Amino acid sequence: MATTTITDINWQFACRVEDVPTEGGACVLVEGEQIAIFHFARRGQWYATQNLCPHKQQMALSRGMTGSAGDNNEPKVACPFHKKTFSLETGACLSGEDYQIRTYPIKIKNGKVYIGL
Amino acid sequence: MSESKPIAVVIGNGMVGHRFCEKLKSKGLYRIIVFGEEPRPAYDRVHLSEYFNGKSASDLSLPMTGWFEDDEIVLHLGDPIREIDRHQRIVHSAKGIVQPYDVLILATGSSAFVPDINGIEKEGVFVYRTIEDLNKIKAYAPKAKRGAVMGGGLLGLEAAKALLDLGIPETHVVEFAPRLMPRQIDSAGSAALESSLKALGLQLHLNKVTQSIEGHGHIEALQFADESRLHIDMLVISAGIRPRDELARLAGLTVGTRGGIVVNEKLQTSDKHIYAIGECALAQGMIYGLVAPGYEMADVVATNLSEGNKSFTGWDMSTKLKLIGVDVASFGDPFAAEPDSRSIVFDNRASGVYKRINVSADGKYLLGGVLIGDASSYNILLQTVNNRLVLPPNPEDLILGSRDGASEGAGVMNLPDEALICSCESVTKAAICTAVTEKGVTTMDAMKKCTKAGTGCGGCVPLVKDLITGTMKAGGIYVRNTVCEHFDRSRQELFDLIKLHGIKTYEETLSRWGKGDGCEVCKPVVASILASLWNETIAKQAVIQDSNDRYLANIQKGGSYSVVPRIPGGEITPDKLIVLGKVAKKYKLYTKITGGQRIDLFGAHVGDLPAIWEELIEAGFESGHAYGKALRTVKSCVGSTWCRFGLHDSVSFAIEIEQRYRGIRAPHKLKGGVSGCIRECAEAQGKDFGIIATEKGWNLYVCGNGGSRPQHAQLLATDIDKETCIRYLDRFLIFYIRTADPLTRTATWLNKMDGGMSYLRDVVINDSLGMGAQWELEMQDLVDSYKCEWKEVVGDPELRKRFSHFVNVPRKKDPELEFDSMRGQIKAKEW
Ligand code: SRM
Ligand SMILES: Cc1cc2nc3c(=O)[nH]c(=O)nc-3n(C[C@H](O)[C@H](O)[C@H](O)COP(=O)(O)OP(=O)(O)OC[C@H]3O[C@@H](n4cnc5c(N)ncnc54)[C@H](O)[C@@H]3O)c2cc1C
Ligand code: SF4
Ligand code: FES
Repeated sequence: MATTTITDINWQFACRVEDVPTEGGACVLVEGEQIAIFHFARRGQWYATQNLCPHKQQMALSRGMTGSAGDNNEPKVACPFHKKTFSLETGACLSGEDYQIRTYPIKIKNGKVYIGL
Repeated sequence: MSESKPIAVVIGNGMVGHRFCEKLKSKGLYRIIVFGEEPRPAYDRVHLSEYFNGKSASDLSLPMTGWFEDDEIVLHLGDPIREIDRHQRIVHSAKGIVQPYDVLILATGSSAFVPDINGIEKEGVFVYRTIEDLNKIKAYAPKAKRGAVMGGGLLGLEAAKALLDLGIPETHVVEFAPRLMPRQIDSAGSAALESSLKALGLQLHLNKVTQSIEGHGHIEALQFADESRLHIDMLVISAGIRPRDELARLAGLTVGTRGGIVVNEKLQTSDKHIYAIGECALAQGMIYGLVAPGYEMADVVATNLSEGNKSFTGWDMSTKLKLIGVDVASFGDPFAAEPDSRSIVFDNRASGVYKRINVSADGKYLLGGVLIGDASSYNILLQTVNNRLVLPPNPEDLILGSRDGASEGAGVMNLPDEALICSCESVTKAAICTAVTEKGVTTMDAMKKCTKAGTGCGGCVPLVKDLITGTMKAGGIYVRNTVCEHFDRSRQELFDLIKLHGIKTYEETLSRWGKGDGCEVCKPVVASILASLWNETIAKQAVIQDSNDRYLANIQKGGSYSVVPRIPGGEITPDKLIVLGKVAKKYKLYTKITGGQRIDLFGAHVGDLPAIWEELIEAGFESGHAYGKALRTVKSCVGSTWCRFGLHDSVSFAIEIEQRYRGIRAPHKLKGGVSGCIRECAEAQGKDFGIIATEKGWNLYVCGNGGSRPQHAQLLATDIDKETCIRYLDRFLIFYIRTADPLTRTATWLNKMDGGMSYLRDVVINDSLGMGAQWELEMQDLVDSYKCEWKEVVGDPELRKRFSHFVNVPRKKDPELEFDSMRGQIKAKEW
């Protein structure tokens, strides 16, 4: 999420806001990396993670269904292959396994989406 | 660094050694040095066979969280210990490491027992114990046409199934005893198991003593003592295990006459600084060849080394076979016989189900038993034995199911608190119930995290689920089949609400009756309800669809998609076949005839899907909804137009029905079949609805299912005409769509229905709910509002835009997506 305060982030333009479906995800190619971007329109939040699902090394997380888990509404995505779910905030696997995905800082400015690498 | 801590050296990094390290490390009192002979860290040997079913070595590896955060634990791999010097308390490794110890733990496991038969050294003879063994088998298998497993025990049958899975056309099992799994099941059980295994394609040879292995250099045949021979070109030996006690012997530790390192209740060997755990240990005169007792041993030693006090006093050897396709279990004393016990037997040869329970002579306690073909009650029966639960007045209910409608889950709540539910992780009933009552755990996922129950072999998962529900009910929490944490409603309640309020979107449904952001469970459920009710194109609310529905195609290994056009009734013109061929060639797709009488084109890039469909639609094809919980195919046989036995035109009827119900979304997929006579070449009785021609009209069957638990469809109506048949089908389908739980096929829906088939017949034929006319109208609405969703996407530039891998470089394909080739076509890369 876009709350990071580190100053030396290398912000890269990823796509336009309307390229990402609301309440869903899309994949962008930034500096050779495949990054999944998710737009939680109801709560006005954006998240970015690696697109690779660590379970079977599939470039698929952006195509997964998004949602939330638990009382504090942890945002998550479910991989389309075997429905393992990952927290979009911490990158931790929420289906009881030890996988971890990378998350990226993300910000929106003038209708454009930027990813921090 | 903690040089001052005592040093524990562990020999063997297998399942038990690994568990021991985890347990000991968590206490933080020792520095741990591990020597493993295998080249890789510990992995899940219990699920080794899954290596042939797509799991990789890394999938099988056991979690090592926190192992290397500090230098409290050191792991030397590929470096076996060669010698133990007990006087100086030093071990010598093959690579020359000399390591002193304060305590030494032998966790060397066992190796496959290889009988001393002439020719055993020949090429093509394997054992089945390590990933390396499996690699060798995998490399050799493509050359083999006929394979055999020596040994019809637990592991042998698992190995035989693996050979089948590897694609060896002919697989044999050779067993010395007169029955299979001689240590676990009785002869009648073996007979039931034999017929199921034969159906899987295994050839069984019992009572066979192998005398020699024949062949020039490599194996060509087995020669038996009865002078018969079996020609094979590959053999897997699974004749038992042999504890790895060679190091212990060399060091002068006491070993059993038939092998195994002798240990006391504390698992100490004859040298009090040396312990033995797992399959190498001979405890109470027994080698425990299962992982759960090994884990218990690991816990006992780790506890005692850390100022605790525990003993190992034996373990229950009940087992459930993991063979895919046939349930086999034995528990307690499977062979108990009169006069101490009486047995109750249920034997249905036709369905391959055999169940035997042994009850104490006074009828009070369960002693043990055997389950073949249906082991669904294994967990609860095992618990009943282990906890000496007093039996109900009619113990036969335990295997026949209670016939007075008492709830099934009731038994688990009667277990005592200390009943061990998950033996892999030693989780008791009390721990599970407390997690529910005190930590608010209500789902299996949360339970796994909270208690680790169910994270090992997974066998206890059904029991844990029953306990969660049972505890919630007992706590006065009303348990409904709610959809998920975001909706406190059942699917049927949501269906009625959405219909009543005319809701058209997921967003509104969530705002009105849900909370949070939804998830991968409730989104497709609501999407399916919306589609069933309003039949608007699902592409408009793409993000709430299950992933395959979102792209109107099934995702394949690697991330490509498949394309399945509808071929109603399986009838297709030569011209259309040519178009399929041309399109497949142009987009380099793999083609295959499916099990549903149509053609699947695999390997399409997501960005190519709209163009492919544009060409197909141009040629008159439509979506086949292979991706949706919707009507798939209505299979037909050729029927009276050609077949000499055909009574009516089954192809035309199948096409008519497939076109009537195409595109309709339901709680699960729907399949149909129409056969032209009772020879039933369309396999209509294996479908959700099946129609079979009779002299006088058609018979209608409903609620059949293939899949892992096949079930025949049941007769709903006889000798009806086409119109009546369609009317009944309309009612039946709408009733199902309205009331079934998510992802419940018609067979399961019927199984759960109070009153079963007679109730269903009453509703559909006698219109007992008075809903018939309305349901027929609703169905007609759905039929009239059908549109091909691919046609809508192809014609809409906005919708088309969604089909790209990178939104910022729409024309670029996923560079990670690559294919291999096989028999002149592409295939997905292994993962
Ligand atoms: C392609 C095909 C295999 C083939 O090469 O022949 C196939 C492929 C898949 N089947 Fe199937 N099934 C295929 C015929 C069958 C049949 C045979 C039939 O329809 O006559 C059955 C048994 C009959 C039945 O369903 O009752 C069958 C029973 C299943 C099941 C078990 C359903 C159950 O109720 O137990 C699943 C799992 C599920 O749906 O949850 C499944 C799931 C799947 C999935 C969707 C698995 C997945 O999620 O990826 C596969 C999709 C591959 C793809 O991308 O198309 N497939 N599957 C067949 C497509 C038929 C078609 O033209 O649409
Ligand atoms: C195919 C298969 C299926 C099975 N299915 C089941 C099942 O369904 N249920 C069940 O409960 N059990 C099952 N088992 C048995 C289960 O795997 C074992 O009980 C368990 O692995 C025993 O653990 P262990 O650590 O004692 O031995 P192992 O896992 O064999 O580990 C011993 C390790 O020690 C190493 N070693 C030996 N000597 C030395 C040395 N001198 N120096 C260093 N390292 C050494 C070995 O190479 C090995 O890696 C199955 C086994 C197999 C092979
Ligand atoms: S096509 Fe069906 S049976 Fe074959 S592997 Fe896929 S799901 Fe299993
Ligand atoms: S590949 Fe993502 S869950 Fe399996």
